[in-house]
Amino acid sequence: MNQLEVKDKDVNVGAVLRNGEDYEADYTIINLGPTHPATHGVFQNILTMDGEIVIDSEQTVGYIHRAFEKIAERRPYYQITPLTDRMNYCSSPINNMGWHMTVEKLIGVEIPKRAQYMRVIIMELARITDHLVCNAVIGVDAGALTGFTYMFQWREKIYDIYEQICGARLTTNIGRIGGMERDFNNEVYRLIELFLKEFPKGFQEFGNLLERNRIFYDRTVGSGPITGERALNYGFTGPNLRAAGVDYDVRVMNPYSSYQDFEFDIPVGLNGDTYDRFMVRQHEIWESLKIIRQALDNMPEGKHFADVPEFYLPPKQDVYNNMEALIWHFKIIMGETDVPKGEIYHAVEGGNGELGFYLVSDGGRAPYKLHFRRPCFIFYQAFPEMIKGGMLSDAILTLSSLNVIAGELDA
Amino acid sequence: MGLITNEFLLERIKQEFGDAIRVADFPYGMLTLVIEPSRIVDILRWLHEDSILKMRFLTDICGSHYPDLIDHELCVVYHVHSLENNLRLRIKAFIPVTNPEIPSATAVYSSANWMERETYDFYGVIFTGHPNLKRILNVDEMDYFPLRKEYPLEDATRTDKEDHYFGR
Repeated sequence: MNQLEVKDKDVNVGAVLRNGEDYEADYTIINLGPTHPATHGVFQNILTMDGEIVIDSEQTVGYIHRAFEKIAERRPYYQITPLTDRMNYCSSPINNMGWHMTVEKLIGVEIPKRAQYMRVIIMELARITDHLVCNAVIGVDAGALTGFTYMFQWREKIYDIYEQICGARLTTNIGRIGGMERDFNNEVYRLIELFLKEFPKGFQEFGNLLERNRIFYDRTVGSGPITGERALNYGFTGPNLRAAGVDYDVRVMNPYSSYQDFEFDIPVGLNGDTYDRFMVRQHEIWESLKIIRQALDNMPEGKHFADVPEFYLPPKQDVYNNMEALIWHFKIIMGETDVPKGEIYHAVEGGNGELGFYLVSDGGRAPYKLHFRRPCFIFYQAFPEMIKGGMLSDAILTLSSLNVIAGELDA
Repeated sequence: MGLITNEFLLERIKQEFGDAIRVADFPYGMLTLVIEPSRIVDILRWLHEDSILKMRFLTDICGSHYPDLIDHELCVVYHVHSLENNLRLRIKAFIPVTNPEIPSATAVYSSANWMERETYDFYGVIFTGHPNLKRILNVDEMDYFPLRKEYPLEDATRTDKEDHYFGR
């Protein structure tokens, strides 16, 4: 909040210049990253420093670029799901679902309500893990390691739920084009109920540790601020945009997967600083819990997949005993199903904001062009503007509160 | 919210930029315009400042390569979004691969900076007026534009992965 005053004091008064009158020759250039314990991911920042004050910075990205868009141009649609896992690996299921929904929109399939509710539950669990990691790491960077160790246990519990649903924990490949791969079993319901019962207590404790903590307050309030207008101009989305006071949420604006059925609030911040970003994520976790509760209570009966045999794999038992199922199985696996030509953009609310898929299909087995709109890549370019004039330690906190995930940054 | 329809949007843009629009279409419910590349910044600025449309949010810029379209092989795709009207618009500009120049939108949207760098990096589109047009995700020494269609993905020396075995 008082950064400008701090800067004026340090810049104008009492500096002893080592290089005569040329003030700028006294700046120090330091290299933060590409691998640095404080950056939580592989990206480099070259900072021009005046003592502890950041004057300018330049980012280098692309250290883990894996050319997903090129690879996708040679893969059948269902094989692209594992690629999306590896973008924002803190909330892979949201990426997976976003991709499934894009393809479903392209081929014009409406999936049953039950599958939509199952997807909502999984996506909201993923949002909780994403926000938990981010907020716990903000705590670590502000010097509070305790919350982090506790919150990561809860993340593991959510991963146990994923494991029951799809067999994987981190890179999930969850769901299928046309529905879910299998119905939730009893263990899934048991684990989710257990989570909903016990997590709020632990999470409340974590909140008590930081939300009104004097030291945390002093570190985060006013650090790395951005106005709503600048944030919009920089293409911010998700919690980072909402922390700056703009209430844009894809789940409400363009509801997908039955989000219109649920009652939930969109928390909005005021100053767009690190504290607001932290608080918006804290509140979103509570809202996610509300959504999961509603989805469980109102879970519709019915099938968990749509009737699209040309995209949705038949049960294994049928493949062995039924000629038609065998043919469909073969065609899907070999990527020989016909896809309509078309051009489509579909967006979901990812952990960090609007995760968009721009897909051009020429009717072939693989997309003609696929572009991922990765929220991290777009808002990370505002980082120099946000940390300018602040302290180096504020820059570290700003970076972690933006929740820049290297996998999503580079795709 | 949602009071403005695609048709109204198209009419309104046509009034202002009727001469710059080549094709207008509605694939999957999103208005898609193909426009004269040199007018892109005028259109984006007008959309940004128009008192009804208020397309203040640039969702995405990406490229695309169509080698069969002679003299307009490269396509730059813009997605803009009006948060107040909850309406999206896709604008496409086709440019020749031999002279891939298009004005930069960085003066209107700060977010265009890296999106245009990414498009340059993968397709070689030169955004004139961009403050810092250099590679962003690939290495600086790279001397080709990898997402263009002439670069096959898989190793050309491999014989065990012939296309016809995989139905492609």
